[in-house]
Amino acid sequence: MKVQLTKLAHARSGDKGDTANVGLIALEEKFYPILVREVTAERVKEHFKGICHGEVERFELPNIGALNFLLHESLGGGGTLSLMTDAQGKTFSTALLRMDVEVTDQEAGDLHG
Amino acid sequence: MKQKIRIAAGQGFWGDLLDAPVRQVEGGPIDYLMLDYLAEVTMSIMQKQKARDPNAGYAKDFVPLMRRILPACVERGIKVTANAGGVNVRGCANAVIESARELGLAGKVRIGIVTGDDIIPRLDELLSRGIELRNMDTGEPLSTVRDKIQSANAYLGAWPMVEALNQGAQIVITGRATDTGLTLAPMIHEFGWSNDDWNRLSAGTIAGHIIECGAQASGGNCQYEWRSIPNLAEVGFPIVEASPDGTFVITKHERTGGWIIIPSIKEQLVYEMGDPREYITPDCVADFTTIRLEYEGRDRVRVFGIEGRPATEFLKVSISYSAGFKAVGTLVYAWPDAYDKAQAADRILRRRLERLGLEFDQVLTEFVGVNATHGRLAGPPRADIPEVQLRVGVRGQDRNAVERFTKEIAPLILTGPPAVTGFAGGRPKVEEIVAYWPALIPKEEITPVVEVLNT
Repeated sequence: MKVQLTKLAHARSGDKGDTANVGLIALEEKFYPILVREVTAERVKEHFKGICHGEVERFELPNIGALNFLLHESLGGGGTLSLMTDAQGKTFSTALLRMDVEVTDQEAGDLHG
Repeated sequence: MKQKIRIAAGQGFWGDLLDAPVRQVEGGPIDYLMLDYLAEVTMSIMQKQKARDPNAGYAKDFVPLMRRILPACVERGIKVTANAGGVNVRGCANAVIESARELGLAGKVRIGIVTGDDIIPRLDELLSRGIELRNMDTGEPLSTVRDKIQSANAYLGAWPMVEALNQGAQIVITGRATDTGLTLAPMIHEFGWSNDDWNRLSAGTIAGHIIECGAQASGGNCQYEWRSIPNLAEVGFPIVEASPDGTFVITKHERTGGWIIIPSIKEQLVYEMGDPREYITPDCVADFTTIRLEYEGRDRVRVFGIEGRPATEFLKVSISYSAGFKAVGTLVYAWPDAYDKAQAADRILRRRLERLGLEFDQVLTEFVGVNATHGRLAGPPRADIPEVQLRVGVRGQDRNAVERFTKEIAPLILTGPPAVTGFAGGRPKVEEIVAYWPALIPKEEITPVVEVLNT
C-alpha cells in the first residue's frame, strides 16, 4: 500500500548556491530501510520535475537514519540572484514529504501499531 | 587542563534575536560565547558600508552587545569568539575597546583580532600568477566578472583564533572565519589538541555545525512534533559541553524554552549538508556518517564516535560581485475567482512590459497561497480560495528597465481585474544584486595575522 512520507520521516532543507539540500530523517529506526529502498535519487528527481532542473544526488547516513539529497539547479540561480519566495530552499523539506511511497503489509502494520 | 568547557551559541546569523547572547551569559554557567554574524553575502554589504564610512564595515550590533555583557564576561572570565569584524576587524575592535574603557574595564580585558582574510588588494596579482579562482559551482574563471567584484575573502579556520586565545585574548574578533571555527577554537585552546588530531578536530567542527544556527538546534524551525515544543517565546539557545576526548553534550540553560532532543539535533545535522563524508573546513574533513547520538538526560544529547580526515590543501574563498538589479512587486486578489484574477493580472502586466520593450534576464510569477513554496506539488487550489497574492519579480542588467517595472504594479489596481488590494507599501524598491562566487585558493597563499590589543 502507499503511504505519504510524512508518516515515515521528518526533514530539514537549505541551500548552497543554486542547489537545494533536503535531509530526510526516519521518524523511527525501523523506517530507515524503507526510505533507502523507496526514496531513490531517481524518484526524487521525478517528484521534483519542473522544480529541480539538474541532477539529484543521494547520500546515506545510516548512523542517524537519514538520507541527504542534493537537488541541483533548483533555486532560480540561488542566493541573491533568485527571484523565488523560497530562494533558500527552506520549504523543499516539506515538499519532499508530500511523496507517496510503497510499503509492505507488514511495514504498514508497524506504521499503525 | 579543564575537563569540561561550555560553549554557548549567541547568534545564528546577523539579525538573530538581539537578547539571545545576553540570556546565554546571564542564564547559567558558560565559559565561551560564540557569535556567528556572517552569511555568504554579508561581506559585500559591509564592504559597501565601509566605502561610505571608513569606520563602518562590521556587524554593528556586536558593539552595543559587548557593552551590555562585557562587565559580566570580565567578572566571570567568559571568553567570546565572534566573526563580527566583517571587512573592518580593527574598526570593530577599536569600538569594543572604547566601550571597555567607558565601562571602567580598561586594562582588564584583551581583544584578539584575526585578519589576513581579505584578498581584494591581491586579486590581480593572484590572477596574473594563474590562480584562476574558478567558480566552484559553474567552473567559470573569475576574470569573467573581475570588474564587478565587491569583496573577496578567504575563510580562515580555528587556528588563528586559537593563537589569539593562547596569547591571552578574552574577546576574539575575526573577519571571514568559518562558523565552525568559532566553536572549535576554544576546544583546541583549552584541551591542547594537535593540528593532526583529525578525529577530535572533526568532533569540534561538528559541535560547531550543530550550534552555529542558534536555536535551529534547540526547537526553532523544528518539524518533529512541532506543536509540542515548549515555550518557543523564550527559546534557549544551544550550548556545547565539550570534553578533552572529543565527545560533547548539546544542552541549553535550565528554565528556557525549546528543547534539545535527538530529532532536533538530527534536523540541524543535515542542514545545508553536501556529501556527509566530506564536510570540508580549513581545519579538517569531518565525516558525518560516524556521528553517534544518545540521551544523557532531559535536554541533554551526547554526541560521540566522530571521525575525520586531514584537511585539504585549499581554503574556500567567498567573493561577491555586482550582478545587475532586481525588484519584486505584489498585489492581493480576493474571492471570488481570486486565482483567476491574479493570473489575469499577471498576463496584463507581462503584456504591458512587452509593449514597453523592457528586457529582463528573468521574469518570475508566483501565486502566494497557491504555488509559491511547493510549485505544482501543491496541486490545484480550491475553487473558493479566499485570496491569492500575485508576486512578480524581475531581474536584469538595466537598472532603468527594472525601475520602470516597479511603476507598473500599482496601476493594475485601477486598470486590471477587480477585488484587488495590498499596495500599502508603495512602489517596490529596486535592489542591486550582489551575487556570491565561491572559489578555492591554495592554503599557502593566505597568511592569517593575529594581534592582541590592550584596552
